[in-house]
Amino acid sequence: MMLLVEIVLKGLVYGSMYALMAVGLTLVYGLLRILHIAHAGLFTLGAFLGVVVTNATGSLTLGFVVAIVVAATVGALIYRWAYQPVLKQPPHVPMIISIGILVMMEDSFRIIFGSYGLSFKHNPYYQSTVGFLGIRFTEAEIATVIVSFVLIGLFSLIATRTRIGLSWRATVTDPAMASVFGISPIGVRYANFIVGSSLGAIAGVLIAILNNYVEPGMGATLSYKGLAIVVLGGLGNVRGTLVASLLLGVVENLGSIYLTDVLDRDAIGFLFLIIVLMIRPQGLVGK
Amino acid sequence: MNTYLVSLFTIVAINTILALSLNIITGFCGQVSLGHAAFYGIGAYAGAVLAINGAPFPLALAGAFLITGVFGVVVGLASLRVRHDFLAVVTMGVGFLFLGFVRKQRWLGGELGLTGLPESGLSALGNLIFISIAALLVFCFCLYLKRSWMGVAFDAIARDQDAAATLGIDVARFKLSAFGIGTAIAGFAGAFYAYFSRSVLPDTFGLLVSVMILATVVIGGMGSVVGVAVAAVLLTLMPEWFRFVNDYRLLVFGGLLVAVMLFSPGGLTGLSLRMVRGRGANPRV
Repeated sequence: MMLLVEIVLKGLVYGSMYALMAVGLTLVYGLLRILHIAHAGLFTLGAFLGVVVTNATGSLTLGFVVAIVVAATVGALIYRWAYQPVLKQPPHVPMIISIGILVMMEDSFRIIFGSYGLSFKHNPYYQSTVGFLGIRFTEAEIATVIVSFVLIGLFSLIATRTRIGLSWRATVTDPAMASVFGISPIGVRYANFIVGSSLGAIAGVLIAILNNYVEPGMGATLSYKGLAIVVLGGLGNVRGTLVASLLLGVVENLGSIYLTDVLDRDAIGFLFLIIVLMIRPQGLVGK
Repeated sequence: MNTYLVSLFTIVAINTILALSLNIITGFCGQVSLGHAAFYGIGAYAGAVLAINGAPFPLALAGAFLITGVFGVVVGLASLRVRHDFLAVVTMGVGFLFLGFVRKQRWLGGELGLTGLPESGLSALGNLIFISIAALLVFCFCLYLKRSWMGVAFDAIARDQDAAATLGIDVARFKLSAFGIGTAIAGFAGAFYAYFSRSVLPDTFGLLVSVMILATVVIGGMGSVVGVAVAAVLLTLMPEWFRFVNDYRLLVFGGLLVAVMLFSPGGLTGLSLRMVRGRGANPRV
């Protein structure tokens, strides 16, 4: 029983990180119906910058700031140069572009930072542990859960309670009508990419602390899982994304204990995705 | 011909078959799949298991063809439940599921794969001639299929599935046919690859391969048999021409995907059509 609780709780740690990463994908998918695979590149960019800047300056805060600012800028540029010109094309066109960008970014990371990956010189959160319900968690794990929930909670509040959120939701529902009411759809799109990429970068630095390791290919599998989460959560639905992320984290963790002789961790996540979609093609939370 | 060229052209022929087979599913019938490498892999593993257990070369190829086609129809069932982006994500999931399953199976060699396959009985040059003829047959079959009643039905489904259903086209049957035919051909290519390399490794059939196959189809021009075949040949040979950028191969490849999609979303076929039309509009050029 204790083991089961531990597996579920550790699954929630993964799940909350998936959620932080997947919110950016959900935002883009909800607004533009693009499978933004290159988001993984921004996540990895954030992780590398977090490690490099922290190692160079000794300040983790500065690492977070640089990661967020650069990833948000690159995210907005990707929208401007890669997606905006092809918005009227069939969905596979931006998808292939997005894959192309991810491939380019991964190879650039390999060329710039080397293929062996990097670690923090000094990472106290990675090893010191805290007891909770008799289970040991590292400080990094606890921080990941808290940061994810606070950020996503804050984001939901902004989306539902403020005028900015209202204009964002209006643009998602009906861009033409929203622009009649004086909302700039272009501005909303940029805001979308900036917010999503920032959250992705934060997730990147958090996982860098959690594993005390970053490498060029770290984002790819996560990104594909992120897409699975977007689909599971229902089209561009932030609450659905949160539910799907946590559920996927728990299912994977349970599966990697009980199904370890048959399937690996990634396959378990996708098996879950396929089963859910065959039963509920509209996603977990969709109508 | 030296050994290097023989094996290079063998790979060209295999990649052409793979791209043409995905073109049936994605180009003709409009069902975007990000998991085609899984069927290439199923064929390779099926062929390898049959060969190791003593099946002769033709039987192993035919067995892989059939087994993969059955798996393809099962995965095709997913296309009846979900569409577009959702289908792309589901087929991507099938790819991960295949790899995750194979990696954990001791009887399939796990991470190390299967090795020590018997020879096909043909020489290296014989293998090349065999697979080239097969590629040519697949090419002709695709041209025929496109003009057949089934090809017309595929096209109707790709353009507007609901309208096609209203016209009395049995959408489910044709979608499953597209998946069955396309994946069976990929399985054949996989089994041949197993004989060619005399070993099968799980990593050969990862997502990047699925992406490459899809990219070949899109760059060639979805649905265009000639365009896709040309793109397959060019994209396989290109890394050899650009040996000097070998260290930056993926960077160049990614950039190429982005550039082709940004400047010619219709791929090579769209590009050449534009050039022909442009010339027609201005007779002096």
